[in-house]
Amino acid sequence: MNRLDKEYITNMSSKGTRMDGRKLDEFRKIMIEKKPIEKAEGSARVKLGKTDVIVGVKMGIGTPFPDRPDEGVLMTGAELAPLAYSKFETGPPRADAIELARVVDRGIRESGAIDTKKLCIEKGEKVWMVSVDIQIINFDGNLIDAASLAAVTALWDARLPTYDKKTDTIDYEKKTTKKLPVKSKPVAVTIIKIGDNLLVDPNLKEEETMDCRLTVTTKDDGNLCALQKGGISGLSVEEIQKAFEISVKRGKEIRKKI
Amino acid sequence: MKRLKNRKANDFRTITLEVGVVPNADGSAKFGFGKTIAIAAVYGPRKVYPKWKQRSDRALLNCVYSMVPFSTTDRCRPGPSRRSTEIGKVITDALAPAIFLEEYPKSVIDVYIDVIQADSGTRTAALNAASMALADAGISMRGLVASIAAGKIGKEYALDLEGKEEDASACDIPVAYMPTNKKITLLQMDGDLPVKDVVNIINLNIKACEKIYEKQRQALKARWDK
Repeated sequence: MNRLDKEYITNMSSKGTRMDGRKLDEFRKIMIEKKPIEKAEGSARVKLGKTDVIVGVKMGIGTPFPDRPDEGVLMTGAELAPLAYSKFETGPPRADAIELARVVDRGIRESGAIDTKKLCIEKGEKVWMVSVDIQIINFDGNLIDAASLAAVTALWDARLPTYDKKTDTIDYEKKTTKKLPVKSKPVAVTIIKIGDNLLVDPNLKEEETMDCRLTVTTKDDGNLCALQKGGISGLSVEEIQKAFEISVKRGKEIRKKI
Repeated sequence: MKRLKNRKANDFRTITLEVGVVPNADGSAKFGFGKTIAIAAVYGPRKVYPKWKQRSDRALLNCVYSMVPFSTTDRCRPGPSRRSTEIGKVITDALAPAIFLEEYPKSVIDVYIDVIQADSGTRTAALNAASMALADAGISMRGLVASIAAGKIGKEYALDLEGKEEDASACDIPVAYMPTNKKITLLQMDGDLPVKDVVNIINLNIKACEKIYEKQRQALKARWDK
């Protein structure tokens, strides 16, 4: 990232403006496309400005974890594919991709959005395994918020495939009308700090300029369910409280779109 | 609601600290919260390989967190996991603000942390050990980083949850804090809690971090003031 861009962005944010004319606490245009992938049990595509993310939900059957014999399993993965950005590389997921997947996962899991007990088929033997896969199509900052929104939308719209108990097979071609047991809509809002200012929904250049970030995931009732700080700088308690406020407010607006 | 071993809300477990536990390393330390014990060793600043990774304006910081196979009740698989990769990253992000990385361009500071026994609070113990090990290695720092986690059991806040308490807690909020500039450098949460409670727990953590910071200073002084 070149020094001039960095100074330009820092100066603008100290004046309360941004390179694309947005206010500091304003999101880019959010576009949500529901069910773009017919073959998946659930899917959603979210665009935040030029950031473009598809999340697909696939269902399978497996054995539950021994300490939770009557609960289905949620798995979240993310791929920062080289298709989406010149600096993404092929190969196994690295720290950034793992963090992205785990923060999205934490928001869904801790909010209790999925009633995993209802995904049990046979206690201790068979449960539904829900795989949420995050695929980036184009990267222009703020992947966590985009992926999280797409994941919740995809889960909310997912339908179970037909499962035949006798033959123990799944017919993916025949989708039932049965929805996944999804109860709530957790929304992640990432706040970045540039100088003394807090901004939401950073684009790529802003993300490269940032000192640090805090992702705050809120539930329908305004409670917090996940936090993740990243970036190589610190935050004061006052800044954190302000970030909570912004996140609750923006979270409420975004939730209506799901 | 009573806590295990009659601890009060703001009591932490017995803290054990020791500086200079790995003679081969440039700096090292051990930190324990009760049964949770972490050892950290610092190597560097040293040359970066592969060379294209180096940065001309500052050092790279590379923290590697791992849990040894016998540290838990059920053996955990050796080698990196998704969890350990993420924790390594958040520890790196928590320690970087404390180090004058710009004083060591074109180099890397490697911090290896092994949790040899785990009973909750492993990332915070790991961070405390790493922070002391960096100071022990003589790396120029803005200050030490202290870290601890807290949760809420029933209606009460509870500092430094131990393994069995963690299952009963509504949340787990680890915090790392630099008393020298009053900045929070690590903040995570999982659970379900109103904003007010989260802020209170963060403040509870900060108070405890100030106490841990004093202990870290004393341990470093004990080694170097001879």
